[in-house]
Amino acid sequence: MSNVGTSVPRTDGPSKVVGTAKYVDDLSMPGMLHGATLRSPVARGILKRIVKDPAFDWTGITFVDATDVPVNVVALIQDDQPVLASHEIRHRYEPLALIACDDALRLARAARHVTFEIEPLPAIFDPRASFERREIVAPPDNVFGRYRITKGDAEAALASCEVVVSGTYSVHHQEQLYIEPQGVIAWFDERGAHVHGSIQCPYYVQKGVKKTFVLTESDVDVVQTVTGGGFGGKEEYPTVISLHALLLAKKSRRPVKMIYDRQEDIEATTKRHPAEIGIVTGCDRDGTLRAISIHVLMDGGAYVTLTPVVLSRGILHAAGAYRWEHVLAEAVAVATNTPPNGAFRGFGAPQTIWAVERHLDKVARQLGMDPLVLKSNNVLRVGDTTATSQTLKESVGIGECIEKARTASDWDRKRALGPVVQGRKARGIGACVFMHGAGFTGSGERRLKGRVALDLLLGGRVRIRTASTDIGQGTETVFSQIAADALGLPMSQVEFLQPSTARVPDSGPTVASRTVMVVGSIVEAAARELKERIDAEQAATGLDRRRAMDALVFRAMGTAEHVYDTPRDLEWDDATYRGDAYPVYGWGCDIAEVEVDLDTFETKVLGFWAAADVGKAIHPTHCKGQIEGGTLQAIGWALHEQIVWKDGAILNGRMTNYIVPTSLDAPPFTTLLVEAPYSRGPGGGAKGIGELPMDGGAPAIAAAIEHATGISMDNLPCLPEDLFERARKGRAA
Amino acid sequence: MIVRLEVNGERRLVDLPPLTRLLDALRGPLGLTGTKEGCGEGECGSCTVLLDGDPVNACLVATAQCEGRSVTTVEGLGALDGRARETGGLSLLQAAFVTEGGAQCGICTPGMLIAAEALLRETVDGANRKPTDTEIREAVAGNICRCTGYQRIVDSIAQAAALRRRVSPADWVRENLPFAKAEGTRGLL
Ligand code: FES
Ligand code: FES
Repeated sequence: MSNVGTSVPRTDGPSKVVGTAKYVDDLSMPGMLHGATLRSPVARGILKRIVKDPAFDWTGITFVDATDVPVNVVALIQDDQPVLASHEIRHRYEPLALIACDDALRLARAARHVTFEIEPLPAIFDPRASFERREIVAPPDNVFGRYRITKGDAEAALASCEVVVSGTYSVHHQEQLYIEPQGVIAWFDERGAHVHGSIQCPYYVQKGVKKTFVLTESDVDVVQTVTGGGFGGKEEYPTVISLHALLLAKKSRRPVKMIYDRQEDIEATTKRHPAEIGIVTGCDRDGTLRAISIHVLMDGGAYVTLTPVVLSRGILHAAGAYRWEHVLAEAVAVATNTPPNGAFRGFGAPQTIWAVERHLDKVARQLGMDPLVLKSNNVLRVGDTTATSQTLKESVGIGECIEKARTASDWDRKRALGPVVQGRKARGIGACVFMHGAGFTGSGERRLKGRVALDLLLGGRVRIRTASTDIGQGTETVFSQIAADALGLPMSQVEFLQPSTARVPDSGPTVASRTVMVVGSIVEAAARELKERIDAEQAATGLDRRRAMDALVFRAMGTAEHVYDTPRDLEWDDATYRGDAYPVYGWGCDIAEVEVDLDTFETKVLGFWAAADVGKAIHPTHCKGQIEGGTLQAIGWALHEQIVWKDGAILNGRMTNYIVPTSLDAPPFTTLLVEAPYSRGPGGGAKGIGELPMDGGAPAIAAAIEHATGISMDNLPCLPEDLFERARKGRAA
Repeated sequence: MIVRLEVNGERRLVDLPPLTRLLDALRGPLGLTGTKEGCGEGECGSCTVLLDGDPVNACLVATAQCEGRSVTTVEGLGALDGRARETGGLSLLQAAFVTEGGAQCGICTPGMLIAAEALLRETVDGANRKPTDTEIREAVAGNICRCTGYQRIVDSIAQAAALRRRVSPADWVRENLPFAKAEGTRGLL
């Protein structure tokens, strides 16, 4: 049996192409109301009073404010964010009140008849000002997280290195811009609270509902509807909108649907954390890297949400994919009066990888070396140790990635040629080498104990029950492939239960590139256990396979529930940030070829070669689709996307002015899969790859722009005006 | 106001305020939720439908403008193919999106399929030729996909173009979509 390794048709594909797949906005409930959120008009202040216009007819309109919230916190890492602000306001889009009505038009009208009396306070938008505590906007000290990694003695080593190079780099916000906006339908009935919605992590929402409404697990059912993209944006935010809809549902005693319109979604929900990164490196004249010192300052936004974890992943990737004897890395995240930043594919790593890759391009320039040669000479191999002193034992396919990308793109010739200028167009080529930790950091999986259940059903069928959601990546299909092969059944006999906290065990969140690698291996283990039972039943009874399966169902032996068997030899110390930061890494080499218009400074990506070590491609087409989709998000981050702020407000919260790449902006992709299997990965060695492709695109593009034009960008984005500005400054200097 | 229109080959009647967006008429009283809303302002293309054969953004069209005209939505694509019933309801174009990775989260897919269908009608059906890569990219340039990077969408459309007219959809789907009719998946086929 081999479904694994073949690109079987997507199991949820047919319903998506005929239009019957039900996304949350395609559903409705009898008696359902529409809900809306009323938000702060200022970035920081004290809420004094909420005024409902007495001249407006409020009949049939449900109104909720902080006094209606049983426990006014959004449960996450820290309980600092209120569900509705009652006193202190920390950002421009902070939710202050909620309204619901059965008529969407009246709802919009009612929203205009609520005003807020607010005493404004000075706000901070610059993370440096926050770090210097010019105002305390998040007590006690504005700091959301701090980490330090040391290996050897970086300071002493830098003092004695032959070539020392320093630089500062920065990256900007990025909106996930999933095409289906955030939305849920929520209601209460005699069994408790129900939420159906566009959700990456149903158990996160359950946790939040339990806390805010003081309920137990069995009182809360959270169901994931078909989800139109997430990319991290539907990791922690759905808890907020779910709590809002439930508050309205509780007060009105009706089901409430809340769907954000695009502008509200862009303005109010989480975005990628901006960061500033300073780097000093030391190396030998021949380009052997010796020491690196890194300082990261990240902007967390108004509340903690997931910032400490994003910062952690950021600093763990800050030394790049290279061998250093000496490392000093320090990172701090601070509060500002902007909407909380949160999870977005890559989760802190694209930020720091941008810095270290741009930096090594600079080092290569100073040494007069081909940057890809410099990177390739210093890249980690099996047996080397990472910045956290982790020894890499297996599954390091980076050498092959570099070779494949280099050959396919014709790097050597194009790079040696130098910039090709024809008329006003200049062509260049650039590369990025990177790795991405797969799965949770350190001891995360051990704490989490992800679980999956498989059930035999009458008629020789099997059902997978997991909280891992398919938000487009293909989880349903890939899990079905893994289960089918482990059981020796055809794919058509395997089904995937719609995730619902009432019916599936907690497999852990759908994040951190852990779904296939970690949860997929639990699926595989449970399927193997079922197969053993079936084999034993057949051996004992002589029944055919299908009857043996039915017999197990009748004896209530048809369910196998498994817990993740965390690799025991991983050692991680949270106090010193030393040890096995991740069980294994995905590796990548991206090469971009661009053409820059020397008059308009517009950049067109002519070709993109992405080589990725994925361990084992369970579904090659989906795997390539993930790599291309993630890479285009990275290209968008570099070349098109930019949030424009004014006093904490977003000036371009629409798709007309927040620009993401179209089919004409996207380059033709050559995607090259490398398989260096991970001994504990499912299906013969799969590793997580969801986030990896977000890491390489931006640095590769910037390197290609530099090759073409000599304009070296240290800061994202690289919009035409940014290139122009940089070129002008370069000329002035 | 009562508006008469033909939707996916059937005559339908809706009674709505005249400025109601066609998108809301389709998703509401007409019960066709396959057409999606991603932005509500003509930028994302997820609401694309054919109006008298031309692709339009249903979020920008007033229902009253559709009096006496024909509208094709994603729900109508499979049924348009005479042999579609034998193929589990999928047209070759739809099937290609399933096998070639043209759909990931699927929210942009209905609009993509409609834009691609308009292109295939013009090139393959109308001029008996395959569209070029650039023509394909231009045809879906108004349809934003955040998941795929577009490469596999372009490939899916190119494959459907190559197969359209040359292969019986029934044979192709039987070979390539062995479980298109499987129960239990979320597919309602
Ligand atoms: S919803 Fe019509 S174009 Fe976006
Ligand atoms: S498949 Fe998700 S937006 Fe296109």
